[in-house]
Amino acid sequence: MQIPAALNPVDALKGKMPEAVIDVKTFRDETTIIVEPARLPEILHYLRDTRGLVYNYLSDISPVDYYPETRYDGQRFAVSYHIYSLLYNRRLRIKIYLFEDDPTVPTATEVYPAANWLEREAYDMMGIVFSGHPDLRRILMPEDWQGHPQRRDYPLGYETPMFSFNVEEIARHKPFAKE
Amino acid sequence: MSMMTRPTDDATSWEGQVEELRGLVSDRALTGETILLNMGPHHPSTHGVLRVLLELDGEEIVTCLPDVGYLHTGIEKNIESKTYEKGVTLTDRIDYLAPMSNNTAFSMAIEKLAGLEVPERAQVIRVICLELTRLNSHLVWLGTHALDLGAMSVFLYAFREREVILDMFEMLSGQRMMTSYIRPGGLWRDIVPEFLPALENFLSYFPRKVDDYEGLLTNNPIFIDRTQGIGVVEPEDALAWGMSGPCLRGSGVNWDIRKAMPYMGYEQYDFDVPLGEHGDVYDRYMVRMEEMRQSVRIIQQAIKKLEKAPGGFRADNRKFVPPPRAELGRSMEAVIHHFKLWTEGFSLPDEEVYVGIESPRGEIGCYLHGTGGNKPRRVRFKTPSFMHISSLGLVSQGHMIADLVAIIGSVDIVLGDSDR
Repeated sequence: MQIPAALNPVDALKGKMPEAVIDVKTFRDETTIIVEPARLPEILHYLRDTRGLVYNYLSDISPVDYYPETRYDGQRFAVSYHIYSLLYNRRLRIKIYLFEDDPTVPTATEVYPAANWLEREAYDMMGIVFSGHPDLRRILMPEDWQGHPQRRDYPLGYETPMFSFNVEEIARHKPFAKE
Repeated sequence: MSMMTRPTDDATSWEGQVEELRGLVSDRALTGETILLNMGPHHPSTHGVLRVLLELDGEEIVTCLPDVGYLHTGIEKNIESKTYEKGVTLTDRIDYLAPMSNNTAFSMAIEKLAGLEVPERAQVIRVICLELTRLNSHLVWLGTHALDLGAMSVFLYAFREREVILDMFEMLSGQRMMTSYIRPGGLWRDIVPEFLPALENFLSYFPRKVDDYEGLLTNNPIFIDRTQGIGVVEPEDALAWGMSGPCLRGSGVNWDIRKAMPYMGYEQYDFDVPLGEHGDVYDRYMVRMEEMRQSVRIIQQAIKKLEKAPGGFRADNRKFVPPPRAELGRSMEAVIHHFKLWTEGFSLPDEEVYVGIESPRGEIGCYLHGTGGNKPRRVRFKTPSFMHISSLGLVSQGHMIADLVAIIGSVDIVLGDSDR
C-alpha cells in the first residue's frame, strides 16, 4: 500500500482556511497552531480526514487559565487539543484562546468521540462551555459543586492542624472536629 | 443534571429523577420496562471506586453509564501551588500501581521545558524501573482479573511475585509503592549494591512463573468461555475513543509509544510489540501476558547496558539538579545551589510542552505550562484509565451483567489514574 506523502499541517491549514489561523508557534519541536475558536470542529475535521495529515487520534484536551494575566486580545483561557497521527507518527497542538466573560467553544465530539469526557472535565474543572456537547455535566466534582476548582482564582483549600493553642478556634468553625 | 438518586420522603420524587436521565438511558427505562441498577462505587469488581449505572433488560445491559470522580484528589491543582521538584511526590498518587511511569512522564515534561539532558546511566536505570513497574502493574491486573472471573489461586501467585518487585522498589527508593524515585534530571540516588543481584535472581525464575499463570488460564475452558468474544472493540472504535496501551493493541492497532516515539533510549532495545486480533477480553489478556515476557527481555538487555552506560545517575546541571551531598562540606557553590534548589526551586520558561509515554495501561501524557517562575501555571495529566472508562458504555453494550465484570477487569482501570 502506498502511503501518501506527509503534508506540513501549518501550510495545509493556511492554504485551506487562511482566515481561521491566527498564529503558529514552535517550541522544542512542538508545533502549536492557534486558531479561531468558532472554526474549531471544521479545522479538526480537515486535519483528521485529509490525505497526508490524518490526525486520527485525540490524545488530550488541556485547558489553561492565564489569570491574572491575559493573552492576545485579553483572552483569559486557552484550550489545547493534542492530536496525533498514527500514520505519520507526529503530534500537533491546536490551541484556541477564550475570553473570560464567554468561554464557549463548539464541541469536538463529532470529530473525536474521545473528546466527550475530556470536554466534560474541562467544563467541570475550568468552566469552559462546549456548545453542542451531548452530555455536558460535571464529571469529577459533585454535581452540586459551586465554581470551577482548576481556575487560578479559585483558592486551594487546606486543613488547619489542631494544636493545644487553637483547639477552641477549630471547634468553633468545625463543630464535628471535637474528638 | 443529577444521576444520584437521593432518598427522600416524597414518594413521587423517583419518577422525577428518572426523568432527569432522559437522553442518557433508553426510553424503555422511563416507562419501567427495563431496570435501572446501581453498581458500585463499593463493588469489589469495580477495582476501586467506580460507579456504574446500568440499564438492564433481564440480564442484558442496554445502557452502561460510568460515573467517576469518587477518588478525585485535586493533584493537578495541588502541583500548581508547589515548586516543580515537590510535584514529583504527588504524581506517585495518580496511578498508584505505576508510580514510576507517572514520575517519568512528569520529569520528562520538566526536562523538555528546561532543555535538560539526562545521562545515559540514569536513562538505563529508568528503563529498568519502568519495565519493573509494568510487571508490577500487570501482575496486579492479572491477579484481580482472574479473581473476578473466579480463579482464586492466580491472585495469590501473582501477588507473591509482585511482593518481590515491591521489595526491589524499597531497596531503590525506600518506599514500596509511592516511590518518587525518578526525579527531574535523573534519579533520586544511584542503585544500591544489593539491587542488581536481587533483580537477576528475580529474572531467573520469573519467566517460568508467567508460564505457570498461563497454564492456569490460557487453555482453561471456563476462562475461555468467559473471555472470548466478550467486550469486542473494533480498531476504529478503539482509536476514536482514545484507547491506548494493551487495550488498543488487543484490537490489533500497532501503536506502542516505546516504538513509535522512543524515549529513554527505548530504540536501542530489542523487543516485540504483541498484538491481538479480535479485540476481546481474551486478546487483551494475551497481549498483557506477552508484554510481561517482553519486559523481562528489556530488563535483561538493560542490565547488560548498565555496566557500560556513561554518566552519573543524574544530570550535572546544578541549576536544576542538587549537588552531591559530599560536596556540601567543601564547596560554597554547592551550598548555594543546594539552598536555592530546596527553598526557591528552579524556574522554567512561560511555554508549554506535552510528553506522552507508554505506561502499563496506555499513554500517560503530561502537559506542562510554565510561568517563567518556580511554579507551573498548569499541569495536566492525560491518563489512560479515564479514556478507557469513558468507552466502557460502548464496549459493554449488549453483554450480560457478569460480562461487565470481565470487561472492567480486562481494560485494567485504576481509579486514582482516572480521577487524579
